[in-house]
Amino acid sequence: MPVDKSYIGKTGRPVVMHVERGKIREFATAIKEDDPIYFDEAYASKEAGGIMPPLTFLQTVSHWDDGRGRVVVPFDLKRVLHGEQEYEFLAPIHVGDVLTVVSRIADVYEKPGKRGGSMSFAVTETTYTNQRGEVVVRAKHVTIETGQVVKD
Amino acid sequence: MEATKRYWDDVKEGDPLPEVRVHALTRTDFVRYAGASGDFNPIHHDQTFAEASGNPTVFAMGMLNASILSRVVTRFAGRPGVRRYKVRFATRAWPGDDVICTGRVTRKFEESGEKRVEGELVAVNQKGETLISGSFVAALPARAADGS
Repeated sequence: MPVDKSYIGKTGRPVVMHVERGKIREFATAIKEDDPIYFDEAYASKEAGGIMPPLTFLQTVSHWDDGRGRVVVPFDLKRVLHGEQEYEFLAPIHVGDVLTVVSRIADVYEKPGKRGGSMSFAVTETTYTNQRGEVVVRAKHVTIETGQVVKD
Repeated sequence: MEATKRYWDDVKEGDPLPEVRVHALTRTDFVRYAGASGDFNPIHHDQTFAEASGNPTVFAMGMLNASILSRVVTRFAGRPGVRRYKVRFATRAWPGDDVICTGRVTRKFEESGEKRVEGELVAVNQKGETLISGSFVAALPARAADGS
Protein backbone atom coordinates (compact mmCIF):
# COMPACT_ATOMS: atom_id res chain seq x y z
CA MET A 1 0.00 0.00 0.00
CA PRO A 2 1.54 3.35 -0.95
CA VAL A 3 2.40 5.61 1.97
CA ASP A 4 0.05 8.47 2.74
CA LYS A 5 2.15 11.62 2.72
CA SER A 6 -0.80 13.69 3.92
CA TYR A 7 0.17 12.55 7.44
CA ILE A 8 3.29 14.72 7.34
CA GLY A 9 2.87 17.65 9.71
CA LYS A 10 -0.04 16.11 11.64
CA THR A 11 0.37 16.83 15.32
CA GLY A 12 -1.11 15.01 18.29
CA ARG A 13 -2.79 16.67 21.25
CA PRO A 14 -0.41 17.81 23.99
CA VAL A 15 -0.07 15.25 26.76
CA VAL A 16 0.82 16.28 30.32
CA MET A 17 2.96 13.81 32.26
CA HIS A 18 4.19 14.02 35.83
CA VAL A 19 7.67 12.66 36.57
CA GLU A 20 7.14 10.54 39.67
CA ARG A 21 9.50 8.84 42.07
CA GLY A 22 7.62 5.52 42.25
CA LYS A 23 7.36 5.23 38.50
CA ILE A 24 11.08 5.93 38.08
CA ARG A 25 11.76 3.20 40.62
CA GLU A 26 9.51 0.74 38.80
CA PHE A 27 11.01 1.57 35.39
CA ALA A 28 14.59 1.37 36.62
CA THR A 29 13.88 -2.03 38.15
CA ALA A 30 12.31 -3.22 34.89
CA ILE A 31 15.52 -2.40 33.01
CA LYS A 32 17.59 -4.10 35.72
CA GLU A 33 19.19 -0.87 36.86
CA ASP A 34 20.67 -0.34 40.31
CA ASP A 35 22.25 3.10 39.98
CA PRO A 36 21.26 5.00 43.16
CA ILE A 37 20.58 8.14 41.10
CA TYR A 38 17.21 6.53 40.32
CA PHE A 39 16.44 5.29 43.84
CA ASP A 40 18.28 7.24 46.53
CA GLU A 41 17.03 10.79 47.16
CA ALA A 42 20.02 11.83 49.28
CA TYR A 43 22.57 10.52 46.77
CA ALA A 44 20.71 11.92 43.78
CA SER A 45 20.37 15.36 45.37
CA LYS A 46 24.12 15.50 45.84
CA GLU A 47 24.97 14.20 42.36
CA ALA A 48 22.19 15.61 40.20
CA GLY A 49 19.94 18.00 42.11
CA GLY A 50 17.39 15.25 42.73
CA ILE A 51 16.32 11.85 41.43
CA MET A 52 16.48 11.76 37.63
CA PRO A 53 14.65 9.33 35.33
CA PRO A 54 16.56 6.77 33.19
CA LEU A 55 17.42 7.81 29.62
CA THR A 56 14.48 5.95 28.07
CA PHE A 57 11.93 6.77 30.80
CA LEU A 58 10.04 9.30 28.70
CA GLN A 59 8.47 6.38 26.88
CA THR A 60 6.17 6.18 29.93
CA VAL A 61 4.24 9.14 28.49
CA SER A 62 2.08 6.30 27.11
CA HIS A 63 0.49 6.02 30.54
CA TRP A 64 -0.66 9.67 30.37
CA ASP A 65 -1.88 9.62 26.78
CA ASP A 66 -5.59 8.96 26.27
CA GLY A 67 -4.83 7.99 22.68
CA ARG A 68 -4.91 11.44 21.15
CA GLY A 69 -1.31 12.35 21.89
CA ARG A 70 0.18 10.31 19.11
CA VAL A 71 -0.73 10.47 15.45
CA VAL A 72 -0.88 6.86 14.30
CA VAL A 73 0.04 6.32 10.68
CA PRO A 74 -2.15 3.39 9.56
CA PHE A 75 0.46 0.65 9.33
CA ASP A 76 -0.45 -3.05 9.66
CA LEU A 77 0.37 -3.89 13.31
CA LYS A 78 1.55 -7.38 12.34
CA ARG A 79 4.24 -5.83 10.11
CA VAL A 80 5.27 -2.91 12.28
CA LEU A 81 8.73 -2.61 13.79
CA HIS A 82 10.40 0.08 15.82
CA GLY A 83 13.28 1.05 13.54
CA GLU A 84 15.13 3.79 15.38
CA GLN A 85 14.89 5.94 18.48
CA GLU A 86 16.87 9.02 19.34
CA TYR A 87 16.85 11.38 22.33
CA GLU A 88 18.51 14.77 22.71
CA PHE A 89 18.79 15.76 26.37
CA LEU A 90 18.73 19.55 26.51
CA ALA A 91 18.01 20.21 30.20
CA PRO A 92 17.82 18.06 33.35
CA ILE A 93 14.65 16.25 34.38
CA HIS A 94 13.83 15.56 38.04
CA VAL A 95 11.11 13.97 40.13
CA GLY A 96 8.31 16.49 40.46
CA ASP A 97 8.67 17.91 36.96
CA VAL A 98 5.54 18.24 34.87
CA LEU A 99 6.23 17.75 31.18
CA THR A 100 4.02 18.75 28.27
CA VAL A 101 4.59 16.37 25.39
CA VAL A 102 3.77 17.12 21.76
CA SER A 103 4.34 14.68 18.88
CA ARG A 104 4.35 15.47 15.20
CA ILE A 105 4.75 13.32 12.09
CA ALA A 106 7.90 14.75 10.52
CA ASP A 107 8.12 12.46 7.50
CA VAL A 108 6.52 9.47 5.81
CA TYR A 109 8.33 7.68 2.98
CA GLU A 110 8.90 4.39 1.20
CA LYS A 111 11.95 2.37 0.30
CA PRO A 112 12.29 -0.89 -1.61
CA GLY A 113 12.61 -3.81 0.81
CA LYS A 114 15.61 -6.15 0.77
CA ARG A 115 13.30 -9.10 0.15
CA GLY A 116 11.18 -7.45 -2.52
CA GLY A 117 8.09 -5.33 -2.03
CA SER A 118 8.46 -2.01 -0.28
CA MET A 119 8.93 -0.82 3.28
CA SER A 120 7.14 2.21 4.67
CA PHE A 121 8.67 4.57 7.22
CA ALA A 122 7.09 7.09 9.55
CA VAL A 123 9.23 9.58 11.50
CA THR A 124 7.67 11.07 14.64
CA GLU A 125 9.31 14.00 16.42
CA THR A 126 8.35 14.62 20.04
CA THR A 127 9.11 17.65 22.17
CA TYR A 128 9.07 17.52 25.98
CA THR A 129 8.70 20.89 27.75
CA ASN A 130 8.83 21.32 31.52
CA GLN A 131 6.75 23.48 33.86
CA ARG A 132 9.22 26.33 33.42
CA GLY A 133 8.74 26.35 29.65
CA GLU A 134 12.18 24.80 28.99
CA VAL A 135 12.46 22.16 26.28
CA VAL A 136 14.10 19.30 28.16
CA VAL A 137 14.15 16.61 25.48
CA ARG A 138 13.64 16.26 21.74
CA ALA A 139 13.00 12.72 20.55
CA LYS A 140 12.80 11.08 17.16
CA HIS A 141 11.07 7.75 16.55
CA VAL A 142 11.18 5.84 13.26
CA THR A 143 8.46 3.25 12.72
CA ILE A 144 8.81 0.74 9.91
CA GLU A 145 6.10 -1.27 8.19
CA THR A 146 7.86 -4.17 6.48
CA GLY A 147 6.87 -5.52 3.10
CA GLN A 148 5.83 -8.81 4.66
CA VAL A 149 5.32 -10.32 8.14
CA VAL A 150 8.49 -9.79 10.17
CA LYS A 151 11.07 -12.53 10.09
CA ASP A 152 14.61 -12.00 11.49
CA MET B 1 26.00 0.58 41.19
CA GLU B 2 27.05 4.22 41.08
CA ALA B 3 28.62 5.68 37.97
CA THR B 4 32.37 6.18 38.28
CA LYS B 5 33.49 9.79 38.49
CA ARG B 6 35.21 10.24 35.17
CA TYR B 7 37.18 13.19 33.83
CA TRP B 8 37.26 14.30 30.20
CA ASP B 9 41.04 14.69 30.38
CA ASP B 10 41.52 11.00 31.22
CA VAL B 11 39.36 9.64 28.41
CA LYS B 12 40.96 8.64 25.09
CA GLU B 13 39.44 7.87 21.72
CA GLY B 14 39.14 4.11 21.45
CA ASP B 15 38.60 3.58 25.19
CA PRO B 16 36.16 0.77 25.87
CA LEU B 17 32.96 1.56 27.78
CA PRO B 18 31.81 -0.45 30.82
CA GLU B 19 30.05 -3.63 29.75
CA VAL B 20 26.45 -4.39 30.79
CA ARG B 21 25.12 -7.95 30.60
CA VAL B 22 21.64 -9.31 31.15
CA HIS B 23 21.40 -13.07 31.23
CA ALA B 24 18.40 -14.96 29.86
CA LEU B 25 15.52 -12.55 29.36
CA THR B 26 12.19 -13.97 30.52
CA ARG B 27 8.56 -13.45 29.54
CA THR B 28 8.12 -11.97 33.01
CA ASP B 29 10.77 -9.37 32.11
CA PHE B 30 8.64 -8.45 29.07
CA VAL B 31 5.53 -8.19 31.27
CA ARG B 32 7.32 -6.07 33.84
CA TYR B 33 8.56 -3.72 31.12
CA ALA B 34 5.08 -3.55 29.58
CA GLY B 35 3.65 -2.36 32.87
CA ALA B 36 6.51 0.02 33.52
CA SER B 37 6.65 1.57 30.06
CA GLY B 38 3.01 1.42 29.00
CA ASP B 39 3.78 -0.66 25.89
CA PHE B 40 0.89 -3.12 25.90
CA ASN B 41 1.35 -4.28 22.31
CA PRO B 42 0.20 -7.91 22.75
CA ILE B 43 2.95 -9.14 20.48
CA HIS B 44 5.26 -8.85 23.51
CA HIS B 45 3.14 -10.72 26.10
CA ASP B 46 0.31 -12.64 24.40
CA GLN B 47 1.37 -16.01 22.98
CA THR B 48 -1.83 -16.40 20.93
CA PHE B 49 -1.43 -12.99 19.33
CA ALA B 50 2.28 -13.54 18.73
CA GLU B 51 1.61 -16.82 16.92
CA ALA B 52 -1.27 -15.34 14.90
CA SER B 53 1.21 -12.69 13.75
CA GLY B 54 3.54 -15.38 12.44
CA ASN B 55 5.98 -15.57 15.36
CA PRO B 56 7.03 -18.64 17.35
CA THR B 57 6.39 -16.80 20.61
CA VAL B 58 6.49 -13.35 22.23
CA PHE B 59 9.62 -11.23 21.78
CA ALA B 60 11.21 -8.36 23.72
CA MET B 61 10.30 -4.74 23.11
CA GLY B 62 13.10 -3.03 21.27
CA MET B 63 12.95 -0.32 23.93
CA LEU B 64 13.61 -2.84 26.69
CA ASN B 65 16.87 -3.75 24.98
CA ALA B 66 17.57 -0.07 24.29
CA SER B 67 17.05 0.69 27.96
CA ILE B 68 19.51 -2.02 28.99
CA LEU B 69 22.04 -0.71 26.44
CA SER B 70 21.59 2.84 27.77
CA ARG B 71 23.04 1.69 31.09
CA VAL B 72 26.46 1.50 29.38
CA VAL B 73 26.25 5.23 28.73
CA THR B 74 25.06 6.25 32.19
CA ARG B 75 27.59 3.99 33.88
CA PHE B 76 30.33 5.61 31.81
CA ALA B 77 29.33 9.26 32.01
CA GLY B 78 26.82 9.46 34.85
CA ARG B 79 23.17 10.15 34.12
CA PRO B 80 23.37 13.97 34.39
CA GLY B 81 26.07 14.18 31.69
CA VAL B 82 24.22 12.44 28.87
CA ARG B 83 23.33 14.75 25.96
CA ARG B 84 22.27 12.35 23.19
CA TYR B 85 21.32 8.69 22.89
CA LYS B 86 20.45 7.05 19.60
CA VAL B 87 19.66 3.46 18.69
CA ARG B 88 18.85 1.50 15.58
CA PHE B 89 17.09 -1.83 16.03
CA ALA B 90 18.52 -4.80 14.15
CA THR B 91 17.39 -8.17 15.49
CA ARG B 92 14.75 -9.10 18.04
CA ALA B 93 15.47 -10.70 21.39
CA TRP B 94 13.51 -13.78 22.48
CA PRO B 95 12.91 -15.42 25.85
CA GLY B 96 16.16 -17.01 26.99
CA ASP B 97 18.36 -14.58 25.10
CA ASP B 98 21.24 -12.72 26.75
CA VAL B 99 21.72 -9.01 26.09
CA ILE B 100 25.43 -8.14 26.07
CA CYS B 101 26.16 -4.42 25.77
CA THR B 102 29.50 -2.81 24.96
CA GLY B 103 30.86 0.29 23.32
CA ARG B 104 33.81 2.57 22.88
CA VAL B 105 34.68 6.24 22.82
CA THR B 106 35.05 7.51 19.25
CA ARG B 107 35.59 11.24 19.64
CA LYS B 108 36.46 13.99 22.11
CA PHE B 109 35.30 17.50 21.35
CA GLU B 110 33.90 20.72 22.75
CA GLU B 111 30.37 21.90 22.09
CA SER B 112 28.00 24.42 23.69
CA GLY B 113 30.67 25.33 26.22
CA GLU B 114 31.04 21.73 27.43
CA LYS B 115 33.76 19.13 27.06
CA ARG B 116 32.04 16.17 25.44
CA VAL B 117 32.68 12.68 24.17
CA GLU B 118 30.95 10.71 21.48
CA GLY B 119 30.82 6.92 21.44
CA GLU B 120 29.41 3.97 19.60
CA LEU B 121 27.42 1.18 21.24
CA VAL B 122 26.26 -2.30 20.40
CA ALA B 123 24.04 -4.89 22.07
CA VAL B 124 24.41 -8.49 20.93
CA ASN B 125 22.77 -11.73 22.00
CA GLN B 126 24.55 -14.89 23.15
CA LYS B 127 25.04 -15.94 19.51
CA GLY B 128 26.82 -12.67 18.74
CA GLU B 129 23.95 -11.38 16.61
CA THR B 130 23.46 -7.63 16.78
CA LEU B 131 20.27 -6.65 18.58
CA ILE B 132 20.87 -2.90 18.53
CA SER B 133 23.55 -0.53 17.33
CA GLY B 134 23.75 2.96 18.72
CA SER B 135 25.66 6.05 19.64
CA PHE B 136 25.73 8.68 22.36
CA VAL B 137 27.15 12.05 23.33
CA ALA B 138 27.97 12.93 26.93
CA ALA B 139 29.53 15.87 28.74
CA LEU B 140 32.28 15.09 31.23
CA PRO B 141 33.89 17.32 33.86
CA ALA B 142 37.39 18.56 33.17
CA ARG B 143 40.03 18.12 35.86
CA ALA B 144 41.02 21.80 36.00
CA ALA B 145 37.42 23.00 36.51
CA ASP B 146 37.02 20.51 39.35
CA GLY B 147 40.01 21.94 41.14
CA SER B 148 41.83 18.60 41.00
